[in-house]
Amino acid sequence: MTAIHCHQLCKTFRQGDEIVTGLDHVDLDIAAGEFVCLSGPSGSGKTTLLNAIGGLDTPDSGEIRMGDIRIDQLERGALADVRLHHIGFVFQAYNLIPVLSARENVEFVMQVQGVPARERAQKARAILAEVGLDGLEDRRPAQLSGGQQQRVAVARAIVSQPDLVLADEPTANLDSVASKHLMGLFVELNSNHHVTFVIATHDKRVMSYARRLIRMQDGRIVSDEAQ
Amino acid sequence: MASPHLHFITLLTLSWRNLWRNKRRTAIMLGAISVGVWAMIFMTALMRGMVDDMINQGIRNLPGHIQLQNPSYLDDPSVTNSIAAPDDELRAALDGLGAARWATRIKVPAVIASERETRGVNLIGVDADAESDISGLPQHISEGRFIESDDDGGIVIGARLAEHLETRLGKRVVVMSQDPDNNISERGFRVVGIYRAKLPELEEFNVYAGRDTLQQLLGIEGRVSQIIIMGDDYRDLETLYQRLLAVLPDGLQARAWYQVDRYLAAMYNMMDGFVLVWIVIIFLALSFGLVNTLVMAIFERVREIGLIQALGMRPALIVYQILLESLLLLLIGLAAGNLLALISIQPMQDGVDVSVVAEGMAMMGAGSVLYPKLILSDMLLANVVVILLGILTSILPAWRAAQLDPVRALNTT
Repeated sequence: MTAIHCHQLCKTFRQGDEIVTGLDHVDLDIAAGEFVCLSGPSGSGKTTLLNAIGGLDTPDSGEIRMGDIRIDQLERGALADVRLHHIGFVFQAYNLIPVLSARENVEFVMQVQGVPARERAQKARAILAEVGLDGLEDRRPAQLSGGQQQRVAVARAIVSQPDLVLADEPTANLDSVASKHLMGLFVELNSNHHVTFVIATHDKRVMSYARRLIRMQDGRIVSDEAQ
Repeated sequence: MASPHLHFITLLTLSWRNLWRNKRRTAIMLGAISVGVWAMIFMTALMRGMVDDMINQGIRNLPGHIQLQNPSYLDDPSVTNSIAAPDDELRAALDGLGAARWATRIKVPAVIASERETRGVNLIGVDADAESDISGLPQHISEGRFIESDDDGGIVIGARLAEHLETRLGKRVVVMSQDPDNNISERGFRVVGIYRAKLPELEEFNVYAGRDTLQQLLGIEGRVSQIIIMGDDYRDLETLYQRLLAVLPDGLQARAWYQVDRYLAAMYNMMDGFVLVWIVIIFLALSFGLVNTLVMAIFERVREIGLIQALGMRPALIVYQILLESLLLLLIGLAAGNLLALISIQPMQDGVDVSVVAEGMAMMGAGSVLYPKLILSDMLLANVVVILLGILTSILPAWRAAQLDPVRALNTT
């Protein structure tokens, strides 16, 4: 089954007086359960593609489908619902809510989804234990290290078992040990729970985990190889 | 779809914690709201107290809370529009009105003349025993005495009238008025008392004599102009009014003070409008701080707003969350402001001496001791205005936050 279908995606940005091409007629199909890495130099369009797939950004033209849902035509509220119920995000800069504890950050998405309190507390504790944060549930982000914060972000992204996890440079701020641990976690989730992963990265170590590697340059897909 | 209850708890948690992120800023804003609300309630209580005093003085001076009179008397307050003095049945009914006190009066236009000057006045014939309960005028006698009996041959005039007439205590004056046949009736009176009123104008126009004496002068034995009834509170006359209607004989009309004295009624109504304007003006000053606080709070966490959008929070929920934050701020500020107002007004219940500005107060018809009057409806009005307008002024910053582009917001440093 196709998880993501992109057809002729185009996106340009204005940077001062210049028009910069973010995506240039991108065609891409990602099947459910795939583990895909997007690689390429800065400005090659990796993040733009992730944002378009996640409904955070709207393409200038082209079509994006997630299953039967036409992402590029949804209004803001409906897009928010798609992200809430189908997509987990892991950002480069952790992006946790600073006034909430680790457990509350993980529970946040489930709270908005309307999961009952007991169930979400159980799930949050279990997932935090799974990412190695047992005992740190009540700490706020400022009281956690970078690696720990990124693991909270991953826990938040996967706790409600989304169909798709979009990760943008998830290991950029992590040391090699933490990166290895995180990638191990992604692989396990992908293998055991069949969560589809699309990861944008520069990191060759991360690329080595991918079963499909897509290289981008100047907003175009220049190679798409199974590994 | 999540239940609204779950959303509310999520939003409440976020709002509460966000509120205390910058404790100093929140504390300053809470201080401003508290002081603003305190000022609204405290100053309103002082103004209410002053107007209350003015109205009570006005009511006690002439109209009473409710008057029984000839239906034509309001249009033509002449002696021809008098009513029969209450018979035993009506007396018993009036005595049975509970806390109400009552008295009869004759009130006709007249001319008073001394050896040197002549003035037009209201000639008022009073029931000597009952009058002190009704008007309290006997306590304002500055020289001499008040009318001691219904057939007292003396007259009591105001200090300013005495000045105009160039007369004084013990001198004789002549009073002229019309009898029911339009003939001039006149009689000499000795000035037995001079009074000072809080409203100096009253000193010029109201002169008092014995009721029976005036009945004889005007040839209206057994008749009076008005029956004055006093209840407990000029604001709450409905029960008394209804009881009165039940015992009212034909040919008498009951009129409340605000129907009799349009000036007092206008002042009372103006006060309600004035309170609202006062509250809104203070709120407008507050609203700048409130909007600034919210805008700063949003500006500081643009990235987080982008994050919660990315995580799937609908724009409407972001608006609710920021409005909830504003509401929490307002509610805490209101609680503190109300408490502050209660604490500061309570010790002033025995009155505040404003004799430094006694002359100005007297010109407005109020006394030199101010009794703050805290009315529940005024407190409610202040609270409702602050909450409603506070939420209204928060809508724009909240809406703008919800319209942030998530990608740009997430990339904000």
